[in-house]
Amino acid sequence: MSYFKIAWRNMQERALASSLTGLSMALGVALMVLVLVIHEVVVAQLSNDAQGYNFIVAGKGSPYEIVLTTVFHVGKPLYPIPWKYYQKFVDGEFAPYTDLAVPICLGDSYPTEDGQLFRVVGTTPDMFNELSYGADSQGNEKRYEFSSGRNFRQSHFFEAVIGSVAANRTGLKVGDRFQPSHGISAEGKKHDDFEVVGILAPTGTANDRALFVNVEGFLLLDGHARAAKTDAVAEPPIVVADAPPGQPAPLPISQREVTSILVRCNPEEMMAPMQIDMGVNKGDDLTAQAVAPVSVVERLQASFLAPMRLILLVLTVMIVIVAGISILVSIYNSMSERSHDIAVMRALGASRNAVMVVILVESILLSILGGLAGLVLGHGVLALASPVVEYYTGVTVRAWSFTWQETLLVPGLVAFAAVVGFLPALSAYRTDVAKTLGGAR
Amino acid sequence: MLVLENVRKAYIEPSGEPLPILDVERFEIAAGEQVVLRGRSGCGKTTLLNCIAGLTTADSGTIMVNGRDVTKLPEATRDRFRATYIGFVFQTFNLLPAFTALENVMLGMTFTGSKPDAVRAAQLLTDVGLGHRLTHKPRALSVGEQQRVAVARALANRPVLLLADEPTANVDPAHQQHIIDLLRSACEQENIAMLLVTHSPEVSQQFSRVEELERVNRAARVA
Repeated sequence: MSYFKIAWRNMQERALASSLTGLSMALGVALMVLVLVIHEVVVAQLSNDAQGYNFIVAGKGSPYEIVLTTVFHVGKPLYPIPWKYYQKFVDGEFAPYTDLAVPICLGDSYPTEDGQLFRVVGTTPDMFNELSYGADSQGNEKRYEFSSGRNFRQSHFFEAVIGSVAANRTGLKVGDRFQPSHGISAEGKKHDDFEVVGILAPTGTANDRALFVNVEGFLLLDGHARAAKTDAVAEPPIVVADAPPGQPAPLPISQREVTSILVRCNPEEMMAPMQIDMGVNKGDDLTAQAVAPVSVVERLQASFLAPMRLILLVLTVMIVIVAGISILVSIYNSMSERSHDIAVMRALGASRNAVMVVILVESILLSILGGLAGLVLGHGVLALASPVVEYYTGVTVRAWSFTWQETLLVPGLVAFAAVVGFLPALSAYRTDVAKTLGGAR
Repeated sequence: MLVLENVRKAYIEPSGEPLPILDVERFEIAAGEQVVLRGRSGCGKTTLLNCIAGLTTADSGTIMVNGRDVTKLPEATRDRFRATYIGFVFQTFNLLPAFTALENVMLGMTFTGSKPDAVRAAQLLTDVGLGHRLTHKPRALSVGEQQRVAVARALANRPVLLLADEPTANVDPAHQQHIIDLLRSACEQENIAMLLVTHSPEVSQQFSRVEELERVNRAARVA
């Protein structure tokens, strides 16, 4: 009979105590799994959010503010910059280094009746036609797709596309109309309404929680135009082909502003990133700044998420240690009632090392079974929570994908169990057979 | 087969004074011989069995079992030697409650270093009349059945020496004779020497050689 079977039978004999001890280990490991996987998902999502372009060009302010407002739709937007700055990337000094420039206008929101507030973003159809977000497991760029409807058209100023979470939470669907509120509050003045023409498929990015409108319509809303200068030179009218009847003329360029610009560098120009960086941040016109969102997100992760993860991991490691100590206490407490059995085994010829190994195997079995149950429990909880999380946040939690740290759990638990099992094993090793079996004389 | 010479053992009293328990000048049992050892409580019967089995070390002297002096063996070797050559039947059976009857017998085979033989274990249990109780745990067995499992376990490794420490003390009279018959016939069949400790006159009168421990053990005479 193997030592494994002997240890297993001992555990079966103390089924309740063994189950409770294993459960405490399972809960500790499940918490650890949740922390690891959730952190992994959050980091992946943050990274995805900031991909698809090289720079965000915006007004003066903190790079964190620029990324938070433009990429994550959080916080108060920075002061806008003149539209002419955007034109530098379309047909001006930065155009040779630019593959794509997408304007982003912020400052409006859409409140729901139950008190939720979703950001309204003015942009161009290129946002969804040309940009990508993140990459799949094969390294291919992910493209925006529509779960229903289509992208809004350049020529139709009052069309809108909404993110998957925003659609779920607001109840808006293709064909519905909505009125953005001025400012980032529910009390803002209601603007003209936009027609929803498309619902984005879930992307797992912050864009799932926003409503995107045609920037031309956004600029025409009350309070969005700069005051026209009295000495302004008259601009030639902008002709819009295929405009629907009754649609107002576009806002003159001189009255336009843009909050930020997403810039994808020209891949054929090796020096494009440096040219744009130097030109915007160190050129003659210091109206704006260019920040690389990926490096800002990395700094965000290093500054905020990594310490938080460390704290959570330390806490969960402490939980696992407490669970390990409970294994020690459970086995050690049982040693007095099992000393007789150990003495019998010794009388049958088991060496001191053999009874020690049996106790260590029992400790390791409890830890491994508890640890495996914890892995299943942790991922099971993620699987159950995944649809809810996705519904409310748009973040896709792949419940059954494992982090590399989890592969360390089993050998780690074996080593840990050997340590916590050592004390009771030593007690078994030292059992006095003759005295325990009652052989006084 | 079993030869004890000048075996002495003393316990240390709380006062620090040594209390002699064993002082055996010479005691021997031939191969296949069946011997009863009698003596009053506290005269060192169990200590003698423990010394022979190597569960307790003698202070001095030699204990030869099957040609080897167990007092000279390192502890791990002595454990393996005990598992291989000595069978032990206890007064309180000492079956392990977590294991079935079959597993208890196989447990006796586990520590010899060779693979436990489930077929032999089952046959031994069948021989003691427990073929239908192989998968029962001790708590599901009667007292008499438990002792029969203990007998099967003691015989599992085909020992050369069987030590039985009052094996019928906790068994009702109806089953006492059955246990003794079992032990005697098994030892005869496999030429196993047996040293049986008992207080029972009914048991001892069935054996041709009955030793009084006070005669064998000079320390017991003093006590």
